[in-house]
Amino acid sequence: MKAKIILKVATKSIMKSRMRSLLTALGIIIGVAAVIVMVAIGDGAQKKVEEQIASLGSNLIIITPGASNTGGVNRGSGTFNRFTFDDVAKIKNEATLIKGVSPIVGSGGQVIGGVGNWFTRINGVSPDYLEIRQWPLESGEFFTERDEMARAKVCVLGSEIVKNLFPNDDPIGQQIRIRSVPFKVIGVLKEKGQSAVGTSQDDIILAPSKTVGDRLSGDHLHLNSIQASALSSDKIAATIAELKSIMRESHKLNPGEDDDFTIRDQSDLSEAATATSRILTILLASVAGVSLIVGGIGIMNIMLVSVTERTREIGIRLSVGARASDILVQFLTEATVLSLTGGLIGVAFSFLMVYILNHYTDQSAYIKPQIIMIAFGFAGAIGIFFGFYPARKASSLNPIDALRYE
Amino acid sequence: MENILIKTVDLTKTYLVGEIDVHALKSVNITIKKGEFVAIMGASGSGKSTLMNLLGCLDMPSSGDYFLDGINTSKLAQNEYANIRNQKIGFVFQGFNLLPRTTALENVELPLMYDRLEKVKNHKKQATEALKRVGLADRMHHIPSQLSGGQQQRVALARALVNEPALILADEPTGNLDSVTSVEVFNLFQKLNDEGITIIMVTHERDFAAFAKRIIEMRDGRIIKDALIKDRLNAEEELKRVLAEAEIAE
Ligand SMILES: Nc1ncnc2c1ncn2[C@@H]1O[C@H](COP(=O)(O)OP(=O)(O)O)[C@@H](O)[C@H]1O
Ligand SMILES: [Mg+2]
Repeated sequence: MKAKIILKVATKSIMKSRMRSLLTALGIIIGVAAVIVMVAIGDGAQKKVEEQIASLGSNLIIITPGASNTGGVNRGSGTFNRFTFDDVAKIKNEATLIKGVSPIVGSGGQVIGGVGNWFTRINGVSPDYLEIRQWPLESGEFFTERDEMARAKVCVLGSEIVKNLFPNDDPIGQQIRIRSVPFKVIGVLKEKGQSAVGTSQDDIILAPSKTVGDRLSGDHLHLNSIQASALSSDKIAATIAELKSIMRESHKLNPGEDDDFTIRDQSDLSEAATATSRILTILLASVAGVSLIVGGIGIMNIMLVSVTERTREIGIRLSVGARASDILVQFLTEATVLSLTGGLIGVAFSFLMVYILNHYTDQSAYIKPQIIMIAFGFAGAIGIFFGFYPARKASSLNPIDALRYE
Repeated sequence: MENILIKTVDLTKTYLVGEIDVHALKSVNITIKKGEFVAIMGASGSGKSTLMNLLGCLDMPSSGDYFLDGINTSKLAQNEYANIRNQKIGFVFQGFNLLPRTTALENVELPLMYDRLEKVKNHKKQATEALKRVGLADRMHHIPSQLSGGQQQRVALARALVNEPALILADEPTGNLDSVTSVEVFNLFQKLNDEGITIIMVTHERDFAAFAKRIIEMRDGRIIKDALIKDRLNAEEELKRVLAEAEIAE
């Protein structure tokens, strides 16, 4: 038989028993849509986490005081918080694999300006900081090396601060008072959203590190941490090794002596975060998988009944000269057409569901192409298998036995 | 011999029912020439259908040989068997065996679909021709449930004819029909036979057997009588007669 005829026979058969076809397809539609939507929700959550981590700056390397391998063991005050501006200067001069480096001098306090006051965090950083964090400016400009040297009282505001202190007018050029010290606003940061742990990253003020050290922190010698960015993400390990040896030298550690600092890149953080969301995806996918299997059993049931019902039809076809293979091809085509149509409708349906979800809830479900293929393929395989198996049984009968079948 | 269409040699069919062997056909030997019109008669259970199914290649014998058009069918593979059903034989069943929810035309087209040689290019045209031959051109697009029993059997006959087979087998074709409709069907058979198609039919009514040219009687899986019919009835005339009678009765 020609392919065209086979397809025609199959579609006619499907149209002739609309209700049965619809029920069969419904199992596939629901199964496919359920799997795609569930996995999309899980993937969306995972993608969100990954984006947040990427927004930290994927090449970001953070050096914090204290050894990583000593846990809670107290190694004396001398081993703790010994980071100085000299460490940063040494890294800046000697490291070859970094794009930039910045001290972090942390402070916090009451900020007065604009329409009111606001309690926030103030980080003293170097001009490299925006590059390191991949954090663009919304408007204005960032401070320069010269501002650093001059301990200029300039600052750049996070979007959250602008919302609270300058809801109506442009903050640039305005004065604010951070813990009574007047600062001039020279720039505004782009909104960055929540961090992986759920706190706002935009509730912050950045100012030159030396200004913060001198004017706000009370300890003008020591830093909270050092942040650097590697030149390329595939050289992170080498960059960390380089930073380690510079830091050891800077801290005059003897060979054999433990590090008094810890260097981390983003992989630790992203691993922990993605692991959590992966569990969510797996959970959702298994719920959906169960629904697909239940759908599959429904398909199987209808297919089995339908082929049994149609044993007489098979007998008639055999009696006018159809070969067993003709019958098989016909049923296989029917099952395939049905499964593919059901699968397509299921995919379309899942897109609609995801659209509605994303539009009306704060989900950011996201459909991966592979999932479409997997759900589609699996549902199709179930439909085809359970259509094929009983048809093979029937087509191997003598025509007369098939005709007599009760 | 050139004009022998059917020859069976010790054709035997035994069904196994539970533990018991049912000997439905016991060493049947028949020879039927091209152009014959044979009626098979016999009591119920005598093996008529079993023989027809074997002759129609719808079933396999337990032993013995069946030569159709010189080919020993018992040696054929399944697919060749299917080809023979498609090319050489048209089968008409008592219960019509039409595809439900499928138009007369599509039912008649069915054998053409399975013709591997694709002798016929225009299926629709060929099927329409066949329906015309059985006088149903005006019912082409009706589905079986919209047709009377006689019309359904004529659709089945058109389906049997559509591939221009050498042999038409009909197992109690009028078993479900009233007598006027039955005579109409036999009228068609006689016309087809006049055109050269060999016909073998089963009937349980001696009156109807008289439309054939030869009569074979069976009992207990054996042929007990095989004779030519002397006073053959002409279905055309018979039809006029029964129609006239029916009018008087009204
Ligand atoms: N599929 C079958 N399985 C078992 N026995 C059968 C089968 N078909 C027919 N028979 C038996 O074979 C015998 C002949 O049946 P059949 O050829 O149908 O007779 P007829 O058509 O002359 O009435 C009967 O005894 C019947 O019961
Ligand atoms: Mg019978």
